[in-house]
Amino acid sequence: MSPAAPLLAVESLSLERGGRELFRGLSFEVHAGHLFQVEGANGAGKTSLLRILCGLSRYGFSGKVSRHAPLLYLGHHSGVKGLLTPRENLALHVSGLGSHSDQQIEAALAQVGLFGYEDVPSHTLSAGQHRRVNLARLYLSDCPLWLLDEPFTAIDKTGIAELEALLVKHVENGGAVVMTSHQTLQVSYEVRFLSLLEGVVL
Amino acid sequence: MTAPGPFAFCLRLLRRQLLLAVRRPIEIGNPLLFFAMVVALFPLGLGPAPGQLASFAPGILWIIALLSNLLTSDAVFRSDFDDGSLEQLLLSPQPLYLSVLAYIAAHWLITGLLLALVSPLFALMLNLPSAAIGSLVASLLLGTAVLSLLGGIGAALTVGLKRGGMLISLLILPLYMPVLIFGSAAVKAAVTGAPVGPYLALLGAMLSLAIALAPMAIAAGLRISIDA
Repeated sequence: MSPAAPLLAVESLSLERGGRELFRGLSFEVHAGHLFQVEGANGAGKTSLLRILCGLSRYGFSGKVSRHAPLLYLGHHSGVKGLLTPRENLALHVSGLGSHSDQQIEAALAQVGLFGYEDVPSHTLSAGQHRRVNLARLYLSDCPLWLLDEPFTAIDKTGIAELEALLVKHVENGGAVVMTSHQTLQVSYEVRFLSLLEGVVL
Repeated sequence: MTAPGPFAFCLRLLRRQLLLAVRRPIEIGNPLLFFAMVVALFPLGLGPAPGQLASFAPGILWIIALLSNLLTSDAVFRSDFDDGSLEQLLLSPQPLYLSVLAYIAAHWLITGLLLALVSPLFALMLNLPSAAIGSLVASLLLGTAVLSLLGGIGAALTVGLKRGGMLISLLILPLYMPVLIFGSAAVKAAVTGAPVGPYLALLGAMLSLAIALAPMAIAAGLRISIDA
């Protein structure tokens, strides 16, 4: 793959839901080093867009999505099992993206502030800690493309700052991020906005 | 970091599902308790005459095994659907065919296998001749594996519905019928002293067919349910 090839290309994507047109003629390319933030009011179709991009939604839209790189998708639901410990959740994860050593998992959990919580059942963790177990997957990931749906939900201020730093580090190292958030990213990096209000790339 | 091979990943999923089941022992115990309770109902309903119970025992035991399998198959993908794990499984670069086979294998290990292993106890409660007990266990081992695979299809198709329990019964009970026919026939043959081999061979053939085809239907069903 040449360095100029996009990680993800979208051509004239249109989606209607319940008689409403959420977006039309959406075309953009995600290249290495891009940090995209999808903007739009509640119900504007941000989650629908991300589900189309990652490939979970395969019908009901028109247009073309070509994926050229392994991707990591974090959705609304964290996929963290309450009956398993954070360590087991990561070691036995259903995504099948990688095999991680115990040290790697411990390091990732420490990064998201769960040091000391590795072996407690996840259902005893708070909602924010639950989300953090899922975010630890970002530290373990070597997928170039990250699709993140509201990654800041239930995360405290320091956690958000750390996450922003991680996102910047990822795109600086040749990765790419497409994320939805209602928050303004506090990063010293060029953020590209994808506004679903007008259906065009700003 | 390297992605695990398909079979290593399968084993990982199997371990995950079994670990989840062991952490909730009630899920393992429920089908067995159900089996015990319903077996206890038959002498009350049919009368406790040992000869009469013994003649009905093959069919009774098989129908109860089928129903307790039906009761649990609804839950195979339910919690993973609710917490988003299923989305991650579908996005996985691993072959979905093998992944769903691991889910079904885990389901069979905690329902079908255990039912088959404790069935001699229930067979004695219904006065099934001891000569038929071996065939009962063998036919249940093969048959419940087919039931788990077929139940997985129903579970995959109804996992997106809030109350899929009734629908799943309507969807998959017709598919269960051949298994019931040959499973109970195997036990009846053993009671009368006829050869059991052909029936077990037919159940084995059904199992081979189900292993080959059901995972594809399950995978397609899951994709539809996640997409909806």
